[in-house]
Amino acid sequence: MTDQNFPSTEQFDVVVIGGGPAGLSAATQLKRQGVANVIVLEREPDAGGIPRHCGHFGFGMREFKRILTGPQYAAKLVKEALRAGVAIHTSTTVVEANEHGTLRVATKQGVRKINARRIIYATGIRETPRSARLISGCRPLGVMNTGALQSMIYLKNRKPFKHPVIVGTELVSFSAIMTCRHANIKPVAMIDELPHVTARWPSSLFPRLVGVPLHLETRLVRIIGEKQVSAVVVENAEGQRRELKCDGIILTGKFTPEASLGRSGHLAVDPATGGPVVDQYGRCSDPVYFATGNVLRPVETAGWCWNEGRQTASWVKDDLAGKLSGSEAHLRIGIKSPVIKYVVPQQISVPDLSTGMENLQLRFMQRARGELIARNASGDFMKWQLRVAPERRVLIPISDLGLTAQTHIQNNNDEIELCFKQSPQ
Amino acid sequence: MTLHHKQEDKPNQSKSSDKASGPMSGQVFDVVVVGAGVVGCAIARRFTLEGAQVAVVEKATDILDGASKANSAILHTGFDAPTGSVEVSCIREGYREYLEIHNNLALPLENSGAYVVAWNDNEVAALEAIVGQGHANGIADVSIIDTVELRRKEPELSQQALAAVAVPGESIIDPWSAPYAYLRQSLLNGGEVFLSCEVTGGNFDGQKWQLQTTHGTLNTRHVINCAGLYGDLLDRKILGSSDFDIKPRKGQFVVYDKAAAKLVNSIILPVPTGRTKGVVVCRTVFGNVLVGPTAEDQESRSDACTDEDALRALIASGTSKVPALENMPVTAVYAGLRPATEYKDYQIDAKPKRNWITVGGIRSTGLSGALGIARYVFKLYSDLGSKHAPVHSPKNPKAAALAQNMQRDWQRKNHGDVICHCELVTEREIQQALSGPLEARSLSGLKRQTRVTMGRCQGFYCSARLTELTEGHFDTPLSYEIGKSGRDHD
Repeated sequence: MTDQNFPSTEQFDVVVIGGGPAGLSAATQLKRQGVANVIVLEREPDAGGIPRHCGHFGFGMREFKRILTGPQYAAKLVKEALRAGVAIHTSTTVVEANEHGTLRVATKQGVRKINARRIIYATGIRETPRSARLISGCRPLGVMNTGALQSMIYLKNRKPFKHPVIVGTELVSFSAIMTCRHANIKPVAMIDELPHVTARWPSSLFPRLVGVPLHLETRLVRIIGEKQVSAVVVENAEGQRRELKCDGIILTGKFTPEASLGRSGHLAVDPATGGPVVDQYGRCSDPVYFATGNVLRPVETAGWCWNEGRQTASWVKDDLAGKLSGSEAHLRIGIKSPVIKYVVPQQISVPDLSTGMENLQLRFMQRARGELIARNASGDFMKWQLRVAPERRVLIPISDLGLTAQTHIQNNNDEIELCFKQSPQ
Repeated sequence: MTLHHKQEDKPNQSKSSDKASGPMSGQVFDVVVVGAGVVGCAIARRFTLEGAQVAVVEKATDILDGASKANSAILHTGFDAPTGSVEVSCIREGYREYLEIHNNLALPLENSGAYVVAWNDNEVAALEAIVGQGHANGIADVSIIDTVELRRKEPELSQQALAAVAVPGESIIDPWSAPYAYLRQSLLNGGEVFLSCEVTGGNFDGQKWQLQTTHGTLNTRHVINCAGLYGDLLDRKILGSSDFDIKPRKGQFVVYDKAAAKLVNSIILPVPTGRTKGVVVCRTVFGNVLVGPTAEDQESRSDACTDEDALRALIASGTSKVPALENMPVTAVYAGLRPATEYKDYQIDAKPKRNWITVGGIRSTGLSGALGIARYVFKLYSDLGSKHAPVHSPKNPKAAALAQNMQRDWQRKNHGDVICHCELVTEREIQQALSGPLEARSLSGLKRQTRVTMGRCQGFYCSARLTELTEGHFDTPLSYEIGKSGRDHD
């Protein structure tokens, strides 16, 4: 499907790290817009990203006006990229991303050093594993994220357990239920510590439809099992604990950007998103690097990431042509509320505000109603009435901030603070 | 690297065990080592090199499955061990020999140095005594440094640090490749190993032992009990009594992402309490940062559960020492059990009338002390009167290069593919670990040999490929083919 032999050239116009929806669409768009030398580096044996192992329908509406399965969708993205003239190198791992657009790349043929005028960081996202969730208990086999389960089932036709407990009620958690049904795995329960299902209706109806008991305000407190999981201890809102027999645990969601390349390297990483700090073009702290797709933040749909990739491509193309303003003068967007989980972009470069992301993307920690307030040195200057819930996309038009080319940035500590005032219940 | 094992039909490879006779029946070993932890592996190596016919028996499917599976991966100098103890002499000898052999066996060694940091006035007052003890133990370069010097060495250390003792010789190593190399060297030079093989009984006829195992009888002139957490139980089962009681002590650890490695250059030790060395913050040879261990006495010899509250306390402790850890993701958590006893020192004792040596209570310095313990035990054995001709120019196995500063397999050609992206483990490395006499028979064994799934994603990306690669290799498989009958569920 894709070329395995790494080219002998060392200099590229754009190198895209990661061949998922965002990376492939960015590369495709760059080629279509006439950028000559664009390659995608994908560390897996096949490009396509997470959709490769989402065997159910629900992909492609935005991009192809058709409803596809994940693997069909991934294959179509790859095909479009190849048709546009993108070179995709699979089984190719970027091990270091350095200054001046220098990458250290591991291939089957050994290690290479390459250079690019611009690098698009599109490494995507993964779920938080058991370890980082600090879940108590023994460490038997059978504890995994949805992504690992799906790749086992859809790519290898193998299953690790028969009666797991599903932890979480995000969109992906319902994808986990569908995956289980495909492999004749019967989840014994779906639990979430929140008092409500995180995913939107009608997903929330789904567990009941397929006979999976849903326990809200229920926390996984301990894993039991010697070799394989044999049970979990769960705790309800009243603090009562009980054991649920099961032979596996699917830890769903709690996504985190796969931003280790930036974190280990020289790029500034935002602790709130876990992804790189970017301006409204997705430009990182080193302006040779742009980020797009889910590495920016947890978590968006494949279609959203695909669209982001396309947009990023046009900004990168402009930047290559010297048409994008510099990132030296920027205004930081700061979070001054424990209710706000993150905001993307984290800074806005001025004066050029004619292109770039249209919206600030926010996520909230909890369900709330109230006022989002933007504040600068001279006080509150903008308010938005919002109803928010965890993991729900909240978009605030950047144009609402009233920035103009004349907005004077005194220094890079200048900040717009975002606060949230909850309405009384 | 390939290892040829002379006994092809050894028990761990035969699916049906023949308890009556079996392949072991004819041979009489000089020494059977019970337990393939780091100490058992080092003893097997030493005795093999000295010319003895050695067999190691291990009840688990993979070696290093007890106390040796989890530790802080430090090669200690012995500066803070009790002066005059067996422990300090074994650590010093073990340290010396590790430095001597690590190049031959391709074992990693990073001489990071350590700082015993004082965080309050009482601890500052205790530093002199630590230096004094280091000097008394023969480590001359231990000295007190001020905060200016400390900050120069460790710029990310909290401003609360008041002073420190520098211990330049303390180093970081790979806690698993070292014992694997010790046992491989034994095997390459004539030793044998029996895995999934538990000792169930034994008779001594005044000359030799008949050891009953779950895979038949082993004949041997001497037995060395290296059963670690089960050392007292083995002595009781076979000899009728034990000189000590194992009091398992759990230690939990938190491992930070590789990005954290730029925050810590060395080993940050606390001023020890009477009971433990306390919580350490250190870089690992794999490029992570490790914080731990806790010290929790418990009854169970196998329950190495982690506990959220204890892990949160470790994170708080690490962050108080190195504040920038706050924004670093946690990669892994684990717990290990140390075979402490009611005594502070190692419990190494020969029973001359029964050709039995017990090596017990190696509670927290087994990795550092193992090579020294092996020499100490061989001396005890020689004193019992056995004589052998040492192996002339022994063969050296080369350990898999897993440390960050070594040339890793992914940097070479034809490694197949990188399977584990977080730890950059190749298909070739996995295939090698799945073959030979110490083939991985469990995921935890494979992890210790290759580091696969030990990184930040913990198998999110590679589980599917791993389940395919390991098919037919593990006693407890990672998955089943869909459509065929799965496992029973109770």
